[in-house]
Amino acid sequence: MGRLRTITRRSFLVGSAAIAGGVAFGTYAVRQPHANPLAEGLGSGEATFNPWVRISPDRITLITPHADIGQGAVSMQAALIAEEMDLEWGEFDTDFGQPSAAYYNTAMAGEAAPFLSTDHSFGAEATRSAMGAMFKMMGFQGTGGSSSVADSFNKLRAAGATARETLKLAASQRTGVAASELKTEGGAVLLPDGTRLPYTELAAEAAALDPVQDVPLRDPSQWRLVGKPMQRLDVVAKSTGAQLYGIDLKLDSMVHAAVRVSPRRSALVSHDATAAEGMRGVKKIVPVTNGIAVVADNTWRAMTALDQITFEWAPAPYPAEMDGHWAEVGASFTEERLDKEWRNEGDVAAGMDGDGVVEAEYRTPYLAHQPMEPLNAVALVTDEGAEIWTSHQFPRFVQQKVAAVTGHDAGQVVLHNQFGGGSFGHRLEFENITLAAEIANQMRGTPVKLTFSREEDFAQDFPRQISMARGRGRVANGRIETVDLSIASVSSSRSQMGRIGMGVPGPDGQIVAGAWNAPYALPNLRVRGYAVPELAPTSSWRSVGASSNGFYIESFIDELCHAAGTDPMEERIRLCSYDVARKVLEAAAELSGWGSDLGAGRGRGVALVESFGVPVAEVVEVTATDAGIRIDKVCVVADVGTIVDPVNFENHMQGAVVWGLGHAMNCEITYADGMAEQTNFYTHEGMRMHQCPEILVKGLENGIHPKGIGEPPVPPAAPALANAIFAATGQRLREAPFNKFVDFL
Amino acid sequence: MQLTVNGKTYEADVEDDMPLLWVLRDELGLTGVKYGCGIAQCGACTVHIDGMAVRSCQTLAGSLEPGAEITTIEGLGAPDALHAVQQAWVEHQVAQCGYCQSGQIMQAAALLDMNPEPSDEEIDLVMSGNLCRCGTYVRIRAAIHAAADKLKEA
Ligand code: FES
Ligand code: FES
Repeated sequence: MGRLRTITRRSFLVGSAAIAGGVAFGTYAVRQPHANPLAEGLGSGEATFNPWVRISPDRITLITPHADIGQGAVSMQAALIAEEMDLEWGEFDTDFGQPSAAYYNTAMAGEAAPFLSTDHSFGAEATRSAMGAMFKMMGFQGTGGSSSVADSFNKLRAAGATARETLKLAASQRTGVAASELKTEGGAVLLPDGTRLPYTELAAEAAALDPVQDVPLRDPSQWRLVGKPMQRLDVVAKSTGAQLYGIDLKLDSMVHAAVRVSPRRSALVSHDATAAEGMRGVKKIVPVTNGIAVVADNTWRAMTALDQITFEWAPAPYPAEMDGHWAEVGASFTEERLDKEWRNEGDVAAGMDGDGVVEAEYRTPYLAHQPMEPLNAVALVTDEGAEIWTSHQFPRFVQQKVAAVTGHDAGQVVLHNQFGGGSFGHRLEFENITLAAEIANQMRGTPVKLTFSREEDFAQDFPRQISMARGRGRVANGRIETVDLSIASVSSSRSQMGRIGMGVPGPDGQIVAGAWNAPYALPNLRVRGYAVPELAPTSSWRSVGASSNGFYIESFIDELCHAAGTDPMEERIRLCSYDVARKVLEAAAELSGWGSDLGAGRGRGVALVESFGVPVAEVVEVTATDAGIRIDKVCVVADVGTIVDPVNFENHMQGAVVWGLGHAMNCEITYADGMAEQTNFYTHEGMRMHQCPEILVKGLENGIHPKGIGEPPVPPAAPALANAIFAATGQRLREAPFNKFVDFL
Repeated sequence: MQLTVNGKTYEADVEDDMPLLWVLRDELGLTGVKYGCGIAQCGACTVHIDGMAVRSCQTLAGSLEPGAEITTIEGLGAPDALHAVQQAWVEHQVAQCGYCQSGQIMQAAALLDMNPEPSDEEIDLVMSGNLCRCGTYVRIRAAIHAAADKLKEA
């Protein structure tokens, strides 16, 4: 810990990102907990024991600070607290809480540490822990990197246990019965004679006590909720139209806004709004950064009037046409642009000597996020402060971004976080929020709801990185001997962090994520990342770098298996050096009936990718019909250490497979005249139901730490499909989207 | 103009060319119906008009026949009185983000009305206009079969 004292702003490297710390700090500061944000504004008779539990005389509220963007984070967090607190499932309220340093993420930092999962050396563990300390000091509250379960698993159970024991202590003081004689169940303390003292009735007395700390957590054999199928708290609301999203909110005297901002991320040169002025319902036409907003009494009227405005935009700050983008990527495999050599085992140069050398080049395109709920935000700015209603994964940055627009302090910005209608990385950016704040700031006192049209959402979407990979390898004696993989990618991390004012001075681990950490032991293996200078600005897209790099390494391994004449599954199992990952492969082989004869025109492909600490293997089965490729079945196996909810786990495994397959098959964002050519779902839809195969899911729990499942099943989907198509047809796909080369049913 | 939505009569002062979607959401406050694309590409805005599933983003207010019965997700069932399709959706825990699911459920209910025992192929055909970016299709298929069974028993 001593070293951390010398760390200053902008100098601390978190894998791929330097996180601004602001101050040097020592052990004492790191140990100090952040203040409990619930302590302020506690009513009479209300108790809080930690930042996650508030008990009032009439209700129990669990604070679930991780954003819920469809992944079920609210239910997951509530289940962990309720498990130790002995609450009946659903017999409590949940609340996202206010942004606070107390909700710093304890897992995101460790995951960003550039060490293999198998590396538990002193250096690796010390770095992980140092990074965790850094995130704590910063109070870095964030949802992302599939880290919510890992962050919450011990912390929230401990929060529940502390609350339970403090309530027992209150009951003990009231009744004179020793706390050790008391039990808890269904939100109440039980006396030995069977009397129930509901927690809500004990709140006032418990509030006066120092919370009982360091309560041992229960053994998994005692769990009632965790690991059992549970009904997500939001599932009824989401099946009846009752769930409100940000886009549905309505405040008194609220107005509706639509916006058009340069689709080239450039300045607005001129515009003519004459035709829009005076249209029915239009209240105001106001300038915003690089664009114009129309404020009206109804969303449609605002959008319709906006369509009447003509705009002239400055040229894009990046190549106007795709050729320019690809040329830059292709020119980046140079010494000067070498970001880092991430892995170098054996002797790659010597390992290329002789016959059996295989070479291949791959590429993956820009992709849009486009969750089903178009981005939106409600903003109310007054002289005293600002309020924002929207769904976001970085709540404290929302405060800073809004404050920068309105001139308030970040502490004067209140964020009412909302359930999000999907994200996939989209809610890590701020354009909808700063634009809403800009408009509301010009109409202080009036709440403004800004809704992006789908077209505006596509135009403003910071896409997934584009990248290329060059593989050279050699096979001998029926085995893979040597793999040398070079990946050149724009850095979505640098692009994204730059927009929140942070630099990434060191190498970007996402340029090679999913490839450099492939759990294989080869005689000779090298993985190098090359940083392509910023082209179109990019951002994190579900599974980030691994979404491209998993395709590269697992396609290339497959090519080498075929060149060696060895079975792609058996060779992977033989090479796999991480037993948690090997068991995942073996389970996928069994689940899929790997090795059984499928008949002519059919084929299976396998891929194994580890991302966010979770190894996932997928086996895709396809049939080549006269009309095109049909995906018949996918078997997907993952190891997240501990599965909190098997139903939600299965749903997300299936959804991530659909996401990974659908985009690899059908989607790309391309630029022409400096603008994204895809403007709505008909040119970028992912997958529709008629293409969706049967998807069999299996979860293993051999890993040591509980991990998240939101992203890890995405990366193996594309290579498993490409490998299956090769097995069925002999056609090797080295570039996505695949529908440029084959038809799909 | 007058509209009948979920059995209730509403008065709305709107242009003829305002899509029903926005009349329902912004004028009548029925926000269960969702805006996803505005151009008949996603199905999030699906409602029933006289029992038929339609895309409300493509249905102009002025095109509604007088007396047309509009049903939104709010009128199909309620949290304490679920429609068979909604029951199946809850039991199969279909929703992830849930944003597409109003439209999926309305489309599925209309499908089962016309075809009480659809095959997987028939489900795919009718449901492929409803996009789910979270990828819940496997569960939607299973839930439709389960809802079909429930409706048969009822
Ligand atoms: S909003 Fe009507 S189909 Fe998408
Ligand atoms: S559940 Fe999120 S779009 Fe369907």
